[in-house]
Amino acid sequence: MIESYLKGFEQLASNGGSAAPDWARSLRLSAITRFEALGFPTTKNEDWHFTSVAPIAEREFDLLAPPAHRVTAAQLEPLTFGATDWHTLVFVNGRYDASLSSTKGLPDGVTLVPLTRAYEELPLLVEQYLGKVAAYEGQTFTALNTAFLDDGAVLHVGREVEVARPIHLLFVSDPSAGAGTSQPHNLIVLDRSAKATVIESYAGLGDGAYFTNVVTEVVVGDGATLTHLKLQRESAQAYHVGTVDVRQARDSHLVQFSFATGAALSRTNIYTELRGEGCGATLNGLYLGDGEQHIDHQTRIEHVEPNCYSREHYKGILDGSAHGVFNGKVFVHPAAQKTDGKQTNNTLLLSEKAQIDTKPQLEIFADDVKCTHGATVGRLDETSLFYMKSRGIDARTARELLTYAFAADVLETIEQVEVREALEAATLQRYTEH
Amino acid sequence: MLEIKNLHATAGDKEILRGIDLTVNAGEVHAVMGPNGSGKSTLAQVLAGHPAYEVTAGTVTYEGEDLLAMDPEVRAQQGIFLAFQYPVEIPGVSNAYFLRAAYNEIRKARGEEEIDPMSFADLMDERMKLVEMDPAMLSRSVNTGFSGGEKKRNEILQMAVLEPKLAVLDETDSGLDIDALRIVANGVNSLKRPDNATIVVTHYQRLLNYIVPDFVHVLAGGRIVRSGGKELALELEEKGYDWLLEGAVA
Repeated sequence: MIESYLKGFEQLASNGGSAAPDWARSLRLSAITRFEALGFPTTKNEDWHFTSVAPIAEREFDLLAPPAHRVTAAQLEPLTFGATDWHTLVFVNGRYDASLSSTKGLPDGVTLVPLTRAYEELPLLVEQYLGKVAAYEGQTFTALNTAFLDDGAVLHVGREVEVARPIHLLFVSDPSAGAGTSQPHNLIVLDRSAKATVIESYAGLGDGAYFTNVVTEVVVGDGATLTHLKLQRESAQAYHVGTVDVRQARDSHLVQFSFATGAALSRTNIYTELRGEGCGATLNGLYLGDGEQHIDHQTRIEHVEPNCYSREHYKGILDGSAHGVFNGKVFVHPAAQKTDGKQTNNTLLLSEKAQIDTKPQLEIFADDVKCTHGATVGRLDETSLFYMKSRGIDARTARELLTYAFAADVLETIEQVEVREALEAATLQRYTEH
Repeated sequence: MLEIKNLHATAGDKEILRGIDLTVNAGEVHAVMGPNGSGKSTLAQVLAGHPAYEVTAGTVTYEGEDLLAMDPEVRAQQGIFLAFQYPVEIPGVSNAYFLRAAYNEIRKARGEEEIDPMSFADLMDERMKLVEMDPAMLSRSVNTGFSGGEKKRNEILQMAVLEPKLAVLDETDSGLDIDALRIVANGVNSLKRPDNATIVVTHYQRLLNYIVPDFVHVLAGGRIVRSGGKELALELEEKGYDWLLEGAVA
């Protein structure tokens, strides 16, 4: 149903998006044209082979209306990790909510504003990067998002500035006033030798079908370090497509974690291009599915220059009839000698009907590289179960503990302590209290 | 304490134990020796209840009860401990959490209260000294990334904390250098009491220089072909196993 989006675009172009500068309007126009030409992908498309987006494509989604009742700070409490001194931008149904946000205490040299204000405060920066990092030419959902470019978070961390406290971009959807879509678009730019931790959270406040389609464009400058966490905890009937597209300059580091447990259908794309020497990229993730959930991750690491490393470890636990997909691409370009890459995907299936399609893709065009990948799919290890039982731990507890441990093994790579502990506690509770 | 009669066990369709008879009383240390493939490790695993083995005949009575009818966790709760030949790595579960969970399960089975974390920490401090283990190992995942020697020490630490009535050490000496062997043996010896017993399964006599057995049994072809005192181990060391094997394999 691309027609409903075309109609929505007309409306936005004629009123809602009027605050945008001319270049942004023309960006949107080219993106909607591209979206119309591409249409929604089918499973014949190699990138969508295991994931049918029909549930999204066959529905009509207008832009989400504001919720029936104002969202309160108390409602957000379960989503804020008990932190009171983080820098937080809150978006409700895709719209920035100043009353729920707080950017106090940000160090000098840091700008954290909604997109509409970034047009005024960081005009050159947004014009330079918006729509340029996350290419929409071949990507339906990125084209769709770019066509509706209107709100989202913009973060700029200046040269050599270190932001000590995490920056939390919290996107909540409350479909109480009717089903709809939000299309947030974020931009994160770290200048030379800057350092920051950014958490992107997506969560539902109430039941109902809604569709979040988000794009985050990221630029990590020379010697800069970005820790980025994407937490997808949407409502059970929601649809979520999220793309994080990163460009890394010389000696920069990206430490990314994707946690996905919500939504009926979700697709998370994590892409990074290592465009300078001496870069490091760590991409880890955990997906937990149950019922009829479909959880898809696609990652792409482009080793463009020599002497970079990448580490990737994704794990998943699938129960019920849940369907997981992991497609991890690593491309080593001809110039990228001495690339050191390692990719692992392990999935634990807790039921007969749960399934995973895992597809590691290593394409190497340089001759002096060290790259490995491996994938396992399985059930709980009988030897480990016996070991625990042989120490007096009953069978059920042993199963629960091993299930939790499977997830904890990758959760413990999260350095941000509040997030790690909260996800560990939630995972422990999920698998041990039946 | 333990009475094994005519025990037969198979793995898949292969019969490995072909009629074992063995009696172990409280306060005794028994060594079970034998060449590779003789069934030593199978005997140890069957006593602990490993699901890969099926008992096809015979009985095992432990403290007057039918051991074979008990699930592995019940056996452990009743005081049986198997030190694994290949201790299992469990990424994601810390050693401390694992030990405390096991300790509390066993206390519960004895009708005792769960231990509070502080008292447990004190207990751990004390027991870790027995096996000269670095306290930092407690916060690491169970056996994950441990060296061979660290894994074996960790087994003995678990034994020291769980205080079994019957400990079965399955080739605990394999892969240990002489220092680690001494540490492990000292740990085992210091846990010896008149009311518990130990079965030491080993291929080599070396370990028995440190853990001195009251009885030595030689296993071959799934049967005990010779039993004797500790001097039998020395004889084996000198002559090897071949002289006992003639006619033993059916």
